[in-house]
Amino acid sequence: MIYKLVYENLKHRPLRTLLSTLVIGVGVTMILTLVGMSEGTLNEQRKRARGIGADIFVMGSNSSVIGTGTASMNEGLVKFLESQPHIKVATGTVVHSIGTLKSITGADLDKFNRLNGGLKFVSGGTFVKDDDILIDEFYSRQEKKKVGDKLTLLNRDWRVAGVYQPGNAARVLLPLRVVQDLTSTQGKLTMIYAKLDDPANTEAVIAQLKSQLQDYKIFSMEELISQYTTNALPELQVFTKVVIGLSVFFGALMVFLAMYTAVLERTREIGILKSLGATPGYILGILLRETFLMSILGAIVGIGLSYVTRWVMMVLIPATFTQEIVYDWWPIAGLITMAGALLGVIYPAWKAATQDTLESLSYD
Amino acid sequence: MTNGAIIETRGLKKTYRQGDMDVQALRGVDVQVQSGEFLAIVGPSGSGKSTLFHILGGLTPATEGDVLINGQELRGLSEAGRTELRRTTVSFVFQKYNLLPTLTVRDNIEIARDIAKKTGPLDPAFLKALDMLGIGHRLDHKPRALSGGEQQRVAIARAIVNGPAILLADEPTGNLDTENSTNVLGVLRDLNHTIGQTILMITHNPEAAAFADRIIEMRDGRVVKH
Ligand SMILES: Nc1ncnc2c1ncn2[C@@H]1O[C@H](COP(=O)(O)OP(=O)(O)OP(=O)(O)O)[C@@H](O)[C@H]1O
Ligand SMILES: [Mg+2]
Repeated sequence: MIYKLVYENLKHRPLRTLLSTLVIGVGVTMILTLVGMSEGTLNEQRKRARGIGADIFVMGSNSSVIGTGTASMNEGLVKFLESQPHIKVATGTVVHSIGTLKSITGADLDKFNRLNGGLKFVSGGTFVKDDDILIDEFYSRQEKKKVGDKLTLLNRDWRVAGVYQPGNAARVLLPLRVVQDLTSTQGKLTMIYAKLDDPANTEAVIAQLKSQLQDYKIFSMEELISQYTTNALPELQVFTKVVIGLSVFFGALMVFLAMYTAVLERTREIGILKSLGATPGYILGILLRETFLMSILGAIVGIGLSYVTRWVMMVLIPATFTQEIVYDWWPIAGLITMAGALLGVIYPAWKAATQDTLESLSYD
Repeated sequence: MTNGAIIETRGLKKTYRQGDMDVQALRGVDVQVQSGEFLAIVGPSGSGKSTLFHILGGLTPATEGDVLINGQELRGLSEAGRTELRRTTVSFVFQKYNLLPTLTVRDNIEIARDIAKKTGPLDPAFLKALDMLGIGHRLDHKPRALSGGEQQRVAIARAIVNGPAILLADEPTGNLDTENSTNVLGVLRDLNHTIGQTILMITHNPEAAAFADRIIEMRDGRVVKH
């Protein structure tokens, strides 16, 4: 019975209900989108790391896995690695950052291709001329560049020579020497990849390398992948926390406004219920149920909208971010906004529950 | 309780503070109402009639004096106790009907049962009363679709659905035309006769008061004529 009243109340002011639901929903969407972005982007990076096809990675001690760090290793290290038992191929790259989660990779393509069987071109082909540049499909879609198009990076104009399938190595590829020259890192490398005769030897080779190369970070593929956690995306993590805070705040504010107006508007009705013997708890129950229902509706709307943001991201910025739908976060995001909503209803509910019955009844 | 009175007040006083002024709404009211009685209360505006009802229904506490309802002393009753009194023993019908506009007639009656945590089939006595009220064909309508007379009869139905010992009607026909008034008053009298409902009714209209068994008059916060 009480649900009929709750339902009628929500229906009575459709616009207000819709607006509150939407604000709650947008909060849920923002949370889900950010969490989905973290997850999606990390998974994408894991996939790309696997796609490189190396068994062992070597980096300078001051580099981080996700950030690019500086090109601090000497090229001579490649030769040294190749002379080690079980190592079939070793090749280095320079990764030059051009913004958050955007970078240019300089690679020795012939050797690089031996790690994973080579780039799979969707159109065009490998470097021919000096100003040739290769990009992957996501980058091509995001920046709207096709083979033959001009691309300006590092203060120079490049011609897109080939577009390759994403999922291996970098988004933007240039010859190693070119990037070294342009970024004044001649003879230096950011990352060295090594492929073994048999992946089963990975642990043994790493142990052996570590004993000889103390000043370097040496990882297996699995170790590298295990580093792709949300900790590796500190900006996104902070941003997610801020957004959680904001959605609690705005959810609370919206519910406060909606329920406060509702309580004022229904002063008389609340008085009527009390004149019939309704306890403060009964009145509270009505308002809490209304809030609860709005949160649930909001959460559903928010989840729906997170599919929309995923689609938008796929279309607009596939190279920078990939959003996944993270089901585990549905109840979490729902609970977070519900907490906000409940926070917002506290004062209006208290006001309604304690207002004087006679005064309420003479209210028009 | 003396001689089976369902309501008894002794030296009942109520003073409202309004700014620096004290308004003495009741200056010592002594009334007794027997169970099953239909009592009309008349008197000029401001004489304290509604105030008396509000105290009897626990909507406001008395300043001084005693009230016994159904043998229960109201003094010292907490807010929760007075709420319980309205849920179980005393119910109101107001001049302004006070129906919930968003609910149908049926749900307006049901909500009173819900508040009193009553479930299951309706009481046979109430079904009989519902017959007398003549609103059976309007149960699925919203209040605004009903005439004033019909709305007031819904309010009466809602007030008695939980079988209260006492029905307090504060100018129930104040907003009604003669025909609807007569109808509502007839219903109250029938309820009193057939199910023995104790009714107290405030009215300005002598013709309305004539429907009751007994009439008392109030003036300046006192009962002047029994
Ligand atoms: N909440 C209140 N605060 C202050 N004064 C009040 C309050 N309620 C009633 N009064 C005063 O108490 C006195 C009695 O009021 P009450 O409403 O009981 O009269 P009444 O006999 O019902 O009058 P009416 O026939 O106009 O309804 C009046 O002087 C009124 O102004
Ligand atoms: Mg009055």
